Amino acid sequence: MMNLLASFIPAQASHFAADIDRLYFFLIGVSMFFTILIGMLVIYFVIRFRRRSDDERPAPTKDIVALEIGWTIIPLVLVIIMFVWGAALFYKQWRPPADAMEILVTGKKWMWKMQHPSGRSEINDLTVPVGRPIRLTMTSEDVIHSFFVPAFRTKADVVPGRYTSSWFLPTEKGSFHLFCAEYCGAEHSLMKGWVHVVSEEEYEAWARGDDTDVAMLTPVEAGQRLFNELGCVVCHNPASGAMGPHLAGLFGSEVRLNTGRSVIADEEYIRESILEPMAKITEGYQPIMPTYKGQVSETQVMHLIAYIRSLSEE
Amino acid sequence: MNDTSPPKRTHYLNAQHTVGSWLFTLDHKRIGLLYLATILLFFLLGGIAAMLFRVELMTPDPTYMESETYNRLFTMHGITMIFFFLIPSIPAVLGNFLLPLMLGTKDLAFPRLNLASWYVFTFGGLLGLGSIIFGGVDTGWTFYTPYSSTYANSNVILAALGIFIAGFGSIMTGINFIVTIHKMRAPGLTWFRLPLFIWAHYATSIIIVLGTPVIAITILLVAIERLFQIGIFDPALGGDPVLFQHLFWFYSHPAVYIMILPGMGVISEIIACFSRKRIFGYKVVALSSLAIAILGFFVWGHHMFVSSQSMYAGMIFSILSFLVAIPSAIKVFNWTATLYGGAIKLDTPMLYALGFIGLFTVGGLTGLFLASMAINVHVHDTYFVVAHFHYVMVGGMVMAFFGGLHFWWPKMTGRHFSELFGRIGAVTIFIGFNLTFFPQFIVGYLGMPRRYHVYPEEFQFLQVMSTGGSAVLALGYLVMAGYLLHSLVLGKKASSNPWRAVGLEWTTPSPPPTENFTTEPYVDYEAYDYTREEVYRDDADEVKGA
Repeated sequence: MMNLLASFIPAQASHFAADIDRLYFFLIGVSMFFTILIGMLVIYFVIRFRRRSDDERPAPTKDIVALEIGWTIIPLVLVIIMFVWGAALFYKQWRPPADAMEILVTGKKWMWKMQHPSGRSEINDLTVPVGRPIRLTMTSEDVIHSFFVPAFRTKADVVPGRYTSSWFLPTEKGSFHLFCAEYCGAEHSLMKGWVHVVSEEEYEAWARGDDTDVAMLTPVEAGQRLFNELGCVVCHNPASGAMGPHLAGLFGSEVRLNTGRSVIADEEYIRESILEPMAKITEGYQPIMPTYKGQVSETQVMHLIAYIRSLSEE
Repeated sequence: MNDTSPPKRTHYLNAQHTVGSWLFTLDHKRIGLLYLATILLFFLLGGIAAMLFRVELMTPDPTYMESETYNRLFTMHGITMIFFFLIPSIPAVLGNFLLPLMLGTKDLAFPRLNLASWYVFTFGGLLGLGSIIFGGVDTGWTFYTPYSSTYANSNVILAALGIFIAGFGSIMTGINFIVTIHKMRAPGLTWFRLPLFIWAHYATSIIIVLGTPVIAITILLVAIERLFQIGIFDPALGGDPVLFQHLFWFYSHPAVYIMILPGMGVISEIIACFSRKRIFGYKVVALSSLAIAILGFFVWGHHMFVSSQSMYAGMIFSILSFLVAIPSAIKVFNWTATLYGGAIKLDTPMLYALGFIGLFTVGGLTGLFLASMAINVHVHDTYFVVAHFHYVMVGGMVMAFFGGLHFWWPKMTGRHFSELFGRIGAVTIFIGFNLTFFPQFIVGYLGMPRRYHVYPEEFQFLQVMSTGGSAVLALGYLVMAGYLLHSLVLGKKASSNPWRAVGLEWTTPSPPPTENFTTEPYVDYEAYDYTREEVYRDDADEVKGA
């Protein structure tokens, strides 16, 4: 039974997920009752009162005021119940508890950036401890996005020029989808990631940065990992619609710019393109890449360059 | 066979034959047909766009197109279907054709304004078409700022201008209808003797006249920001992006009622005719149209529960949205009660009407989920919303439009379509529709956002089902196109009143003469008085030998 149910609702991983599903099932119950009632009545009447001869003249029916009042009052009572129930739950979804941990979220085309109180930040991943209330304070750098985690039943628009917030209390460990739910342009459907709910201890260790085993990786491997984590792959992946130039074969080649000039793609050029993307725009592409200045260390830039260079060596 | 066949009767279709006689016609019936041809073209275009992205959505990864193409297709689908098909569909085609006939008058109050409205609408439509030909638009039909005003690299201005201009066509039609209904009713045709089709169009016209200027202003503001960098919606220029949503939905939610109310009017006519009963609770049904028109203006905020709108504003919009469901529910109950004790025949129009009741009930009830704030947070901008509004717009409005088209087809063309193929088409469309859109409720609650080109694999099964259903739906429409076109040439000729229906439009020959009525009608009976002998008069002689 639970398995069957699970194929119709997403995982219940926050403290109000089950509350919302209960209201949902109440509404489904009411809807099914009325749909079946109307459907059965229509089918019954169509059969019972079918036209038996071409000149059949049914006797007129008088309007019945009591019926009109009845089917005004009954739906009215039902919708008031639905309103009160839905609004009460929404009130709970709207007001975070005072002790909630604040995580800062920035949306931009087409990635999510999260900044934790410990200073550690993530892109397209959100790591949170189970059982602790989390409040997201969010804004956008460009257009409107929407932070949607189906397993938590939370969604809030992320609006440029103002701060919006959303909160939840994760109750289940695991990884859950994070989607951008407000259409935001070409790669809207790639603006997604995962919310990782981990134990309190794992979170603390993660927030301190204990898990960074970058030292164990080769520069190319570390670069590749960053390439995915930072969301570079969204635009620079040949399969994803190529909002940005392809990087295979780039290193050492001559790049034509929109100014008509050309440059050789060396380490200097790639570093500049990551930190100051507007400085040189490749011919045929839009100036849409966000800057990574202040988000990646010089070591990380070198790792990225090593990875991009490796793409030309295969 | 018979050499002494009567001389050919002159009617509005054969009165004149030149192209000019169509392009400069002031006859509301011909203008209705001009609208019909125009909007069916847009319906075809919007449908093709939908089929293309439904095929793409069979796989979770990009297969046949890039994201930018996908985004342009769903935008094209939305814009053409809403602004250039659904909004004008019933009012401009059936309303235009039938309003004067039902009111027992020669034409609308302002025939020249009526013709102008078609030109204005068509010009707007051509601009919309131009925006597609010159590379498309990628903002979605909702044009949310600041994406549309600052960021989108597509033909936003052209498409917006098309919608802006087409809107004036709507306003002209709305004013024309209001004046005609007030001033040109036949002697004896009091307000509460009016067909519910007229009541529905009266309510719709009020929304059009009050609401459309707001979308025109909103579009103008987007254009001003885009062209002159004046900050209205883009925060980078000092504007407020959420302001756009308020202005947009202030029109676009009532626009839902512009689309559905005339459909409800059509359904009342069909149900009365094919059960030979007066609509149960006639006055309540008539006034519920006005209630929807008025309440509909105060519910726009339910599109914005998660937009950062204040929680208390949200609560007001939530309760008002729940209340607007009541008049709709009343209509459904009254239609069902009308069937009681009737003499019901399941001809093609009736199949569409009963299909409407079922699908609109599902569409209306799932609207309650969206009015409920807590559930709205989860399903907002997911496929649940897509399924809900297709149940209302396609399951409701498009079913009503085609039901009405079939019902009045003999009146408009003077020909009968094939009843057998008509029924096959109606049933195919009903099944195809449900297969397409029901899975979308589930995939929406599971969390799949709308407007997603690439999606997680776990949603694939339901997406494939939806695409399969859309193929059945498309087949149903093709069958319909086939037998309707066939009937124009080879269909059996229709008498004045082939369905034995009450209503002034059925007292004049099919197709009607240019001046509609040869003698001025006088009405001394209630609407839907199916006890009148005149209704059952055998008029088969009319078409003998013709």
